Amino acid sequence: MSDQQLTLTPRQRDDLRTIAAMIIPASDEYKVPGADDPAIQADILATLGRDTKLVVAALDHLARLAGMPLADLEPVARAGVAQKFRISGGIAAATLVRVVLQCYYRDDRVLRSLGLELRAPFPRGHVLPDGDWSLLDPVKARGGTLRRAP
Amino acid sequence: MKDPVDVLIIGAGASGAAVAWSLAETKMHILCLEQGGWMNPAEYPSTGRDWEAKFYGEWSSSPNVRGRPEDYPVNDDNSPIKVVNYNAVGGSTVMYTAHWPRLHPSDFKVKTLDGVADDWPIDYDTLTPFFEENDRMMGTSGLSGDPLSPLTHPPMPQQPLGLSGAIIGKAMNKLGWHWWPSDTTVATMDYEGRARCINLGHCTPACAQGAKASTDITYWPHAIRAGVELRTHCRVREITTDENGMASGVVYYDKDGIEQFQPAHVVIIACNGVGTPRLLLNSASGRFPNGLANSSGLVGKNLMFHPYAQIYGYVKEPTDSNRAPPTCLWSKQWYDTDLSRGFVRGYGVQFVRGAGPVFEAVVSEQKGILPWGADHHRVFRKLNGHRLGFSAICEDLPEEHNRVTLDPVLKDSHGIPAPKVDYTISENSRKMMEHALARGREFLDTAGASDICVNSPIPWGGWHLLGTARMGTDPERSVVNEWGRSHDVKNLFIVDGSIFVTSGGVNPTSTIQALALYIADQMKQRLASLFD
Repeated sequence: MSDQQLTLTPRQRDDLRTIAAMIIPASDEYKVPGADDPAIQADILATLGRDTKLVVAALDHLARLAGMPLADLEPVARAGVAQKFRISGGIAAATLVRVVLQCYYRDDRVLRSLGLELRAPFPRGHVLPDGDWSLLDPVKARGGTLRRAP
Repeated sequence: MKDPVDVLIIGAGASGAAVAWSLAETKMHILCLEQGGWMNPAEYPSTGRDWEAKFYGEWSSSPNVRGRPEDYPVNDDNSPIKVVNYNAVGGSTVMYTAHWPRLHPSDFKVKTLDGVADDWPIDYDTLTPFFEENDRMMGTSGLSGDPLSPLTHPPMPQQPLGLSGAIIGKAMNKLGWHWWPSDTTVATMDYEGRARCINLGHCTPACAQGAKASTDITYWPHAIRAGVELRTHCRVREITTDENGMASGVVYYDKDGIEQFQPAHVVIIACNGVGTPRLLLNSASGRFPNGLANSSGLVGKNLMFHPYAQIYGYVKEPTDSNRAPPTCLWSKQWYDTDLSRGFVRGYGVQFVRGAGPVFEAVVSEQKGILPWGADHHRVFRKLNGHRLGFSAICEDLPEEHNRVTLDPVLKDSHGIPAPKVDYTISENSRKMMEHALARGREFLDTAGASDICVNSPIPWGGWHLLGTARMGTDPERSVVNEWGRSHDVKNLFIVDGSIFVTSGGVNPTSTIQALALYIADQMKQRLASLFD
């Protein structure tokens, strides 16, 4: 089965949403959603692509550790499962976490909260201060000698 | 059967483009076969909002992760440093940092100066005119006059210092250590049809603006206008030889996967330090049972990577983050041998300006400094846009057990055996890396950085693929002679990083291309007696 044909079951989607909220919860202080936000979850599911297989493996591992839907566990037990998942989940768990982070940190609300512009780098680019090149004066004054070859 | 060409070049990357352009003035029929295709800048990562996510998939620097049809797999399981490259017209110049130091004059005489490895059969002065010519063709920016680097004359001014550069410069000045604006191939003004840099950000995986020099937009347009033929999506399987032991042409798979034979009078290999030995070993025959051009037994051996010792931290002031090319300054403070440090040879340093938000989040979570849960937001805001890095490019000395062979199982999409890399970091390199990390920590402490993290080596840092078909005057100790011709096959040349004798402590592409231009010049001067 190709990555494109693999899909997440409803239970896996629920667990993904629950673990995503544990990685990045919503914050009133910073005025940002959690990673369980519906738009961010939709972005994750729509762009899983080549990561699908590993994310499914990670969610299978998570389900084994939890033994029931993650959201149904008591908070302390849920936190314990999450910790075990990150420690023992290997590349699959790392991929799931990376997928959550890469979708979260391109969400408009999150970027706005960070003071970042909502656009691709091209074509506007960025302006960089030329800086104070007199900082180089001590290096010039010190000089030096290039090691010569015989 | 196809008509023979005068010169057949395999690979359209850094060295293949340079040698093609230089030889074009001979008006010979020159054909280049490239396994990749032409790039489309409209599809480069920086054109989309998901530009950072692409680094983890189709724009990964690892061919094993990327897995495009143009890529071939590499078994690097037995190496702490993984091979990274790019396969297309432009080769790995499509995907590189554009950092542009040259080898130093002393790098060509390490045996004489330091009693290790071997001297090169040529010296820095021999390459000087070709360095200059290459800098004009690639279009370099920088500041002439670095007291600790070879004198260069970049046609464009250096990149802006930016926020990160100012912090780096102040810290290095406090410590009394050398630093200087890097020579780069990032155009800081409009240059030869290329638009100036507008700071798209982390431009390593290709520049949508075209400000970063890659040979698809520098050498190739000139070479093609001068009559060179470039055939894309053509993967060479092997070089064939005739009854006299001369190269007779190549067998390749065309864009439709059809096997073809292209006869040639001269064959030039430009596939770099992994692709070149792979091709020579895959060209074994009854006459050359151990691989082509391998009577010395050194094809594939002496692989040098440059182990990177990287240390980074987070300062209170904002840095340039993803709003600038990744590198802007270098240091040569520890470049030359000082035996009191406990190792021989040395390292260059390239400073890192920062990282984008996705990269910062992913890496910091993996490093354990970005927590899950309620405190995630506070910590991320402390880290993001505040990173400063110090990366030491440690000179790797040649060791025969570090090598490229053919994998007995793994094959590419055409069924051609894939390369297998066996590599260990030497004790000398480890001491050098420890020294660099200690200096980097002093630098970061002086800059006021906290949350210090280390990558030593950078695992996905096998950018520089050197030494696997070394040059020399002794056929028993080298694969090609002092002007790039195979000792064994007199119409076969190699022009890429595999002919390096030693690696120096700097990014090698400038020197690779200068070597390619030098070898082309030697060929032009010797046309009447090329095979003698």
